[in-house]
Amino acid sequence: MSRPAAPSGPAARRSGYEVVVGLEVHLALRTRTKLFCPCAASGDEAGATAGAATAGAAAAGDGSGETQPNRHVCPVCLGLPGALPVPNARAVELAVRFAAALDCAVPEVTAFARKHYGYPDAPKNYQISQHDRPVGLGGALDLPNGRRVRLVRCHLEEDAGRLIHPTYADHSLVDLDRAGAPLIELVTAPDLRSGEDARAFLEEVRALARALDVSDATPEEGRMRADVNVSLRRPGEPLGTKVEVKNLNSFKSVQAAIESEATRQERLLQAGRGVSQETRGWNEGGQKSYVMRTKEEAADYRYLDDPDLPPIRLTAAWLAAVRAATPETPAALRRRYAAAGLKPDDADRLATDADLSRAFDALVDAAGRAAGATAPAPAAQALANWLLVEVVGWAHAANTGVTALRLTDPGPAGRLAALVALVEAREITGPTAKALLGEVLAGADPRALVAARGLRQVSDAGELAGWVDGVLAAHPEVAAGAREQPKAVNFLMGRVMQASRGQARPDAVRALLLERLGIGDA
Amino acid sequence: MTSARETAAAVRSRRVTAVEVAETALAAAASSTSNAFVTLAEARALARAAAVDAAITAGRDPGPLAGVPVAVKDNICTAGVATTAGSAVLRGFVPPYDATVVARLEAAGALVIGKTNLDEFAMGSSSETSVFGPVRHPADPGRVAGGSSGGSAVAVAEGVVPLALGTDTGGSVRQPAAFCGVFGIKPTYGRLSRYGVIAYASSLDQVGVFSRDADDAAVALSAMAGRDPADATTAARAADELGPVPVDLRGLRVGRIADLWQGVSDGVRAALDGVAARFVESGATVVDVELPLVEAAVSSYYLIAMAEASSNLARYDGTLYGLRLGEARDGHEAVARATRAAGLGREVQRRVLMGSFALSAGYADAYAERAARVRRRIADALQDALAGVDVLLAPTAPTVAWRQGERLDDPLAMYVADVTTCLANLSGMPALSLPAGAAEDGLPAGAQLIGPAWSEARLLGWARAVTAKA
Ligand SMILES: [Zn+2]
Repeated sequence: MSRPAAPSGPAARRSGYEVVVGLEVHLALRTRTKLFCPCAASGDEAGATAGAATAGAAAAGDGSGETQPNRHVCPVCLGLPGALPVPNARAVELAVRFAAALDCAVPEVTAFARKHYGYPDAPKNYQISQHDRPVGLGGALDLPNGRRVRLVRCHLEEDAGRLIHPTYADHSLVDLDRAGAPLIELVTAPDLRSGEDARAFLEEVRALARALDVSDATPEEGRMRADVNVSLRRPGEPLGTKVEVKNLNSFKSVQAAIESEATRQERLLQAGRGVSQETRGWNEGGQKSYVMRTKEEAADYRYLDDPDLPPIRLTAAWLAAVRAATPETPAALRRRYAAAGLKPDDADRLATDADLSRAFDALVDAAGRAAGATAPAPAAQALANWLLVEVVGWAHAANTGVTALRLTDPGPAGRLAALVALVEAREITGPTAKALLGEVLAGADPRALVAARGLRQVSDAGELAGWVDGVLAAHPEVAAGAREQPKAVNFLMGRVMQASRGQARPDAVRALLLERLGIGDA
Repeated sequence: MTSARETAAAVRSRRVTAVEVAETALAAAASSTSNAFVTLAEARALARAAAVDAAITAGRDPGPLAGVPVAVKDNICTAGVATTAGSAVLRGFVPPYDATVVARLEAAGALVIGKTNLDEFAMGSSSETSVFGPVRHPADPGRVAGGSSGGSAVAVAEGVVPLALGTDTGGSVRQPAAFCGVFGIKPTYGRLSRYGVIAYASSLDQVGVFSRDADDAAVALSAMAGRDPADATTAARAADELGPVPVDLRGLRVGRIADLWQGVSDGVRAALDGVAARFVESGATVVDVELPLVEAAVSSYYLIAMAEASSNLARYDGTLYGLRLGEARDGHEAVARATRAAGLGREVQRRVLMGSFALSAGYADAYAERAARVRRRIADALQDALAGVDVLLAPTAPTVAWRQGERLDDPLAMYVADVTTCLANLSGMPALSLPAGAAEDGLPAGAQLIGPAWSEARLLGWARAVTAKA
């Protein structure tokens, strides 16, 4: 059950009003083809063959015609006379996977319905959606802060096309590449209490969609979109009149639109004027909403069970197979990583980033396989540190993504795990390992590199003393002031590590330095 | 007049070439004065015919319909050949794809020689509302050919082609077949693919076949039947179960749907009595069966058909194809309004408006949902009736073909006449109309046989048995 939110942040300051928010979230499904025809479901394929064109168009971003529109279309998604939709089984599976992971009730029979509205982005002048038999009813999503957000429903539907408004033309253009692509629509109960809440919910939905391989959930590419319903009330009173704000294409916009709308309603109520039920659009530039349509203009969708699409029976056996094939949810990942001994922040970061979490699991697997009685596997936290700090940092510096490193493959994962194992077993120093990271990620075997270049960590007292004494002799004035100036020890440490080309065992060097300088370790 | 089977045999044995057959049929179609054809597909037919002849020369099997000319109702898509559904709104529309039934017929060797006239969007029973003008009855040009597949019925009745495709949403194949004195079968819903068939009422629409005898219909059905991955409503039934099977009528129980004899003209009644008598002569028994809810069938049928039509026809807005009126700068809604107002005929507009109303918030429950409930009960009632008998016998239409223009201003009179045929569409069951002999003014009457789902082979066998003696 939901528990009432403790008002926090801006919500608490709304003259005693409580902000009540419900969301409708659209996610583009990660399928190869559209919902009802064999056309490519996203620009991905186009991007692969014409990456430059796609990138150029994205950069232009104003739909001024650099894109080649209407390349992924066929009689079905163009709505040509006589063409018929045939459901994409993978889309149904992913939608059910998502609904089941959200604890929605998945019915025995799910069905499609036509939702009628006349707009040029819908070539049939209706959208195939779901009405009274969606893939999921009810359900809930727990936010990391413990808040439970109840869900009303989860359904499948086809996306609309894209309208392009050339600047100096008296007409608009229609691009139907996206028309018919599969979407999930998720509708929440009015259980959110602020823009911040909404943002946290969307972040959790995004993490879940990615972890389950259901959607890329990228708002910046339009593959995750949200409409918000906002109303104000005195705590404990019935819900106030709600206003819907549409066209929100980032989590930031969602948060801003909710706060802005709450402020607008608060002013109306404070002035003794009522809030009227309407749909508003969000102007990103002005950070303001504007009226799109009022209640009187509310559309009658004239729902009709789609006679072209027989209802789909979801058998218990099929549902069990879908559940078995469902990857872990972020919540389950958080629990598993915490149990493995990861720091909460790291567990959360892995749990909410499907690519990192898959890479991490592959690393742990590889480390486990390589470990033996004499060489235990490195601790999970050590692997996490290397992945989240060094590898992510290296990838960032190299201007690439972690996925490009293919750490989910046994080869790359095994090499990185071996590198971490060498550090953990104190066979090489951290600096040595960091210096080798790029080569290891590029495919070099760390053990072979260490052997070939003689990079083993040195802990031999005689050798260490040689480097330490050399450095002290070269910097007498630093050594003399070291007692008053603790930073000097780090300077001298650095020089010794440099002299040893990173091979000197750092803790032994430190101990020896402090001994020579006559200071006790802190 | 040569049957499809005889033509195919002659082509296969090279007594005649497919090109010669195509030329003869195209010439006959061109010289017909009944307005049955709206587009002739000369280039396509001759190219296919040449391919069939080449296959035969090369020793390959061109298929069971080798060189058989066929006519296709103009609401069934043909790649590269204009397909208009008889509507101004689709004038100039040339589909980039073939309907599955067309592709399968051609794969079996058939030659599509042209597209036939119909009521606009198949909404009608007289083939008078087409943008191309009315189809004339082959025996009396002052009479209607029936509809909506009137052009295809006439093309077969005039002997231009031995086979033609129609669509049957509430009787649109069977009724014109009866009016024109030919065979017309509407198979079980799901037997034939609807892919490429311009939708009128998707849950009722089914492609049907016109022929001069039951055996030709069986060959055509076999060539087209079976699951189509492009139509989710097709059934995975074997095509070779389509027969017709040789039938012994001894012991057959025929149920006369007594309620449907109300309002049937004397001539049609006499013709039907003749069919019943031939069943009895062959050893069958004929009994009267009750069919509750018959009086609700027409309203249920029209509500469902109009509701689905309002949805199916929403796409004709002048944006992507076909007619476009109005100025783009005035916006989508203005263009759609102007295009529909001028592009859709009165009867189509009437049905779309009534259908939209039936689906509107606040009315859907009283109309659309109630119609769906009645539909299920009628299907159950037919099922119950067929538990006691093997086949149901009914008039295909209560009268012979009426005069041109006679009912255009009285849509209700036209609607109620569909009561005899719409039962099979509401229930999805197969039904055919067989020529029952002459009735009033010497015009043909049709007898309708309705059987359980997937019983086409037996239906065709029984029909053959009782028409052979005519
Ligand atoms: Zn498509």
